Amino acid sequence: MLKYLLRRLGVAVLVALTVSVITFSLIYLSGDPAIALAGDSASNEEIEHIRKAYGYDRPIIVQYGDWLARAAQGDLGRSHYLKANISDVILTRLPNTLILALCAISFALVLAIPLGVAAAIRPNSLIDRFALSLAVVGQALPSFWFALILIFFLGIQLRWLPITGTDSWMNFIMPAIALGYYVTPGVMRLTRAGMLEVLSSDYIRTAKAKGLRPPAVLFKHALRNAIIPVVSLAAVQFGFMLGGSIVIETIFAINGLGFLAWETIQRADLPMMQAIVLVLSCFYIVITFLADMLNAFLDPRIRVT
Amino acid sequence: MSDTILEVRDLVIDIPVAAGMLHPVQSISFDVKRGETLSIVGESGCGKSLTSLAVMDLLPLRAKRTASVLTLDGEDLLSAGERRMSDIRGNKMAMIFQEPMTSLNPAYTIGNQLVEALLRHKQVSAAEARTRAIYLLEKVGITAAASRLSQYPHQLSGGLRQRVMIAMALMCGPDLIIADEPTTALDVTIQAQILHLLADLQKEFNMGMILITHDLGVVARVADRVAVMYAGQIVETGTAKQVFENPTHPYTQGLIECIPIPGKTERGAHLGSIPGIVPSLVGDLSGCHFADRCRYAMDACRSGRVELTGSFEDGHVYRCALTPQQCAANLTKGAA
Repeated sequence: MLKYLLRRLGVAVLVALTVSVITFSLIYLSGDPAIALAGDSASNEEIEHIRKAYGYDRPIIVQYGDWLARAAQGDLGRSHYLKANISDVILTRLPNTLILALCAISFALVLAIPLGVAAAIRPNSLIDRFALSLAVVGQALPSFWFALILIFFLGIQLRWLPITGTDSWMNFIMPAIALGYYVTPGVMRLTRAGMLEVLSSDYIRTAKAKGLRPPAVLFKHALRNAIIPVVSLAAVQFGFMLGGSIVIETIFAINGLGFLAWETIQRADLPMMQAIVLVLSCFYIVITFLADMLNAFLDPRIRVT
Repeated sequence: MSDTILEVRDLVIDIPVAAGMLHPVQSISFDVKRGETLSIVGESGCGKSLTSLAVMDLLPLRAKRTASVLTLDGEDLLSAGERRMSDIRGNKMAMIFQEPMTSLNPAYTIGNQLVEALLRHKQVSAAEARTRAIYLLEKVGITAAASRLSQYPHQLSGGLRQRVMIAMALMCGPDLIIADEPTTALDVTIQAQILHLLADLQKEFNMGMILITHDLGVVARVADRVAVMYAGQIVETGTAKQVFENPTHPYTQGLIECIPIPGKTERGAHLGSIPGIVPSLVGDLSGCHFADRCRYAMDACRSGRVELTGSFEDGHVYRCALTPQQCAANLTKGAA
């Protein structure tokens, strides 16, 4: 297990380094950063001055090393547009996005996994058909529209939930549902398919032949094996939620990372964009690493490969 | 306590399929006594595995099971609900399956899966269960038993896994053990070991055993009594000695001719084979099921129902229209 953990950790570090190279080179993708910073009306001297001041005159490899060393210490540079420390800006935005994504993925899993299990226990039953229709609807509804429907009924008609802001936990309920429901169909169908396959396997027959009661057969013996692909899918979806909640954050006016990314793209604030991409990528890498560890814990065969 | 552990009378299994009703098992009856091995022999699809699953009440949901008598140690299993059946399974009767490679859960250690059944059925502590698991692993010939408990199935070979399956079946000290082709998936060299192990344990713990197999060589070595199944019916049954020394039903005779005997069968000689294929068991079945493949079939064989009434010795019965004398004559002809 330790060997597997170390090897997997090594891979994660390599991926992180690759991502850092790509994000670093973002600065140069759109041309000379000194010219971009100086603006249209700058003279050659001003450009040279900026180039020196920001260190753009040094060799690229030195610039990268310097940037990486600072980033590793949590210093992601300054946003020229906001005139603020990028780390500070990200740290004020990150909690909202993290809370939203955590709530959304929890909502999705709590709804999808029991439904998937129930559908697999009785294929083609009423509950299976209900789950299937839910999946079809879930996959077909655009999330912005679903979010608006939620706002209309729960927020405006019934006045149960606040429709904007991040003042209390109540504010996160609707956005979490709107963000999470889109993941539900995939997780549910995968759970159902996995359970159906596992339930017809020989070791489930063995478990029944031992006289185990249905809960032990289902949850101890079947679900643990069926859930492994679901863990991987949920990790990927969680990563998407962190970076891809732009629409939901905009609709519910949540000051999160997705909203920040959207603002940053509009302002062409390159260092900020670079930092956001790097932070989100690192989260992604950590999440997939944790998911792999969880799967290795669930299935001992993964540990030896 | 009665001598008979398992009593089965007129067991019928029906499965609805697209083409109609499939009759994989048609009215079979047998007993298993304490300390006795009954071997059910037959080719693939003859209903022998379904019979064992029917006894365990583990048939697929759509399969319908009926019987006039089905008792285990005097207790009626037909009226037992699913809750009661789950108390009996793994406790009073246990099953060993054909596929040791896939019959253990890959996610749990051997120890976990061994003690599970004992903790489920008996009031014992985890430590006692562990001690019993180690004792039984040693019984089934696994060395370093204590350290095996923390191993996972994928770390064991097929033969070891089947030994673990056997130990698992013995955890609660069952009265009846059902072994469904326990050696089929194993290497030939391991097959004999496992078989002898099963036979020894069955005698030592004085259990009743049903050994399901298509391998007559296996039967000859360990069975006390034999039931030969063909197309959902028992076509011949008796003691192993009766059936092997005096095979009566043409199908049994055919099966025995298929086995080469070292020292007796000449090199290059033709082994027997039975022409034709197993009949479809869908819809209305009449006449002798073996008639289409039988060398001695007569017009009478193709209509009406041939009953398991042919009998010429105590307990040795067969399902054929021929007289014992005719059968014996056929056997000498076939061998000649």
